[in-house]
Amino acid sequence: MSIVSDETAAAARLRVSEAVLRISDTEALAREAEQSGMGDLDDARMIINMGPQHPSTHGVLRLILELRGETVLRCKPVIGYLHTGMEKTGEDLNFLQGPTNVTRMDYASPLFCELVFSMATEQLLDMEVPARATWIRMLMCELNRMSSHLLFLATNGMDLGAIGMMLYGWREREELLRFFEMVTGLRMNHNYIRPGGVAADLHDGWEDDVAAILEVLPGRLDEFDDLMTGQPIWRDRTQGVGVITTPEALAMSATGPMLRSTGYAWDLRRSMPYLAYDEVDFDVVVGTYGDTFDRYAIRLNEVRESMRIVEQCVERMPAGDYRSQDKKVTPPPRARIDESMEALIHHFKIFTEGFKVPAGEVYTAVESPRGELGCYLVSDGGAKPMRMHIRAPSFANLQSLPHLMRGGFIADAVAIISSVDPIMGEVDR
Amino acid sequence: MGLEVINHNFLTGRLEDLVNWARRRSLMPATFGLACCALEMMGAGAAHYDLARYGMEVFRASPRQADLMIVAGRVSQKMAPVLRHIYDQMVEPKWVISMGVCASTGGMFNNYALVQGVDQVVPVDMYTPGCPPGPETLIHSILMLHEQIRADELMKRRAVTGRGAEIHLDPALATDAQPAPVTIRTGRG
Amino acid sequence: MGPPAPATEPDAPADGDPPSAPQSSGGVPESLSHGQLVLHPDRAQYLGLLQSLHGEGFVLCVDLTAADYLAVPGRVVAEGVEPERFELVVNLLDPEQRRRVRLRVQVPGDDAVVPTAVDLHPGVEAMEREVFDMFGITFAGHPDPTRILMPDDWDGYPLRRDYAVGRIPVQFKAPEGR
Repeated sequence: MSIVSDETAAAARLRVSEAVLRISDTEALAREAEQSGMGDLDDARMIINMGPQHPSTHGVLRLILELRGETVLRCKPVIGYLHTGMEKTGEDLNFLQGPTNVTRMDYASPLFCELVFSMATEQLLDMEVPARATWIRMLMCELNRMSSHLLFLATNGMDLGAIGMMLYGWREREELLRFFEMVTGLRMNHNYIRPGGVAADLHDGWEDDVAAILEVLPGRLDEFDDLMTGQPIWRDRTQGVGVITTPEALAMSATGPMLRSTGYAWDLRRSMPYLAYDEVDFDVVVGTYGDTFDRYAIRLNEVRESMRIVEQCVERMPAGDYRSQDKKVTPPPRARIDESMEALIHHFKIFTEGFKVPAGEVYTAVESPRGELGCYLVSDGGAKPMRMHIRAPSFANLQSLPHLMRGGFIADAVAIISSVDPIMGEVDR
Repeated sequence: MGLEVINHNFLTGRLEDLVNWARRRSLMPATFGLACCALEMMGAGAAHYDLARYGMEVFRASPRQADLMIVAGRVSQKMAPVLRHIYDQMVEPKWVISMGVCASTGGMFNNYALVQGVDQVVPVDMYTPGCPPGPETLIHSILMLHEQIRADELMKRRAVTGRGAEIHLDPALATDAQPAPVTIRTGRG
Repeated sequence: MGPPAPATEPDAPADGDPPSAPQSSGGVPESLSHGQLVLHPDRAQYLGLLQSLHGEGFVLCVDLTAADYLAVPGRVVAEGVEPERFELVVNLLDPEQRRRVRLRVQVPGDDAVVPTAVDLHPGVEAMEREVFDMFGITFAGHPDPTRILMPDDWDGYPLRRDYAVGRIPVQFKAPEGR
């Protein structure tokens, strides 16, 4: 198969390109120390440390860059500055508490993390989720995709000098966060999607709130187009910068907009559908050149595609339960606890012990704004996962950084990090 | 001859008041957004919950130019020395707001990976609860810090590190034994 | 870890389930887990199987992680597979044919060494470093076998079951082992 041979060739190419700087911290410090007082600047290679605290708002990523002048030769991304031990904590919390933990991994799109964990738990339980719960999940996740991409547009703009984008992107994001607060109670880290369905039904009048958002956003997105897409400075700074090809992206396990920017139309929502994505109409946005501009344009247009999906969710939201009626898994409504002894016992068991999940292991994946977000969940028959691993898309995407940056300038390095759109919470977990 | 001779083009006041007014009305936060709280901090700086009305919209990347460090997010073991390094680079007078429960106490992540409260590393002036605290909560804590600064001394210097959670456990009490069962008497005999 | 048993035929896929099982998994025990195909190579077969699956189209290594089964010693993995303490779990994806496969390699606790897959899938470099950092499983031939998440001088492997969560006692919660 041609993609196989292309990918093998790409893997070989990536190996010999030597873009990754493999030195330890102490070595880097030693080289930095002996650098001061280098004579011949033309041939001088410098080791520069970028981060973990730096103004580019991508969290605590540290890059050790080897530079010749302003050209980046090799680079080493150093991560771990936000390692929270979430996978270890996940083994200590039961399956109902799990979403509170995973939601803080990818904190720009927390509902996706909750979704993938809940889907994995439901698969282990062999449990069906009612249709309304599925559509509510899809609605909330697409709105979350929109807010995450608006965050990307804001930070990407600011990194490349369009500082006003920070304010515009956040203005749009506030609309969405306000809606999330109305539905889930929180602006971020919602703990809304739980095994069995969602935590609460949509409030009365939600259709009007969503319609208000959908009315305002298209005009604003067109403003972003005016500000950035056709603008010569933007194009100069992003076109041809950080180019990756499809075989290279596949070899580096990159997914999401990184892979789609190369022209490869891989989107789990279309190719391996989950929730109700096979019942809604949307396009998979694909780039051509695999550069920073393509990744920006893909995310901008994915906001438009998500708006289409949200519209269809509003029109076609089924009536029914917002969570499974399985009493062993779903806590009873609070009013029932006063009336029924059984409900009281179920409530007690679920919130103290937690519900038991049969032994087994499963891997579930969803398409998050950054790529394939997966959950590998192993249960030993108890109320807590024996092993919970989240496959974070940014963790894999960050590995492409040295290859994207090789030969570019430092200014391009900022653009490239921004276009990869890493969220360090899910990288480090 | 008293102040009534000077016509009202002059303002007089105590030096402390004037200096503290200048300090609190132009705090420059250092960018120390680590995790989810950083997004809410950026939200507080954005147009809707505007920090510019307090003179704080310019987040200085260089700690040398900043006087307020808002530790927004969880501090891991690897990040703690970096946090202290940045704090040391800031020039006096400086203040620290520990934003969110992870920065204040370790939050929901009571485990090996996080420093259980940044006051183990730097002295903290204001603790902000919330996971994450919304921009309104952050602004409230900033206003409370302003009050603190208003009443503060001119030449204050502070302890090298925070007081921490001040948990002093007797090691003799650390045991694997189960707690003794408690008998609950109800009203019915 | 005895000689590999003859391959068992996988269960017939559910009705209307198009993705076909990979052809090149001969000699390796298979099982189905909630409808997902799982292969159980031993350490000697692992790289060869990765290679042949790659040739068949599984070009994207989605995830490489591990699990510590210290607390579940007598578990049943699959027919013909001896359970060990650690399991290396590799998830592969074939985008052209839209199918996934999972590999579970048993790794003994006292001899936790596995060959590296970096040459075939460069994208697992960071994943293998994470497995080393969290479990202590060494990858022979890895270009940068250092810790990635914990500080370089950290002692211990946090995700092992015999490594405590490290909870400090707080006022309303008992210490470890509540």
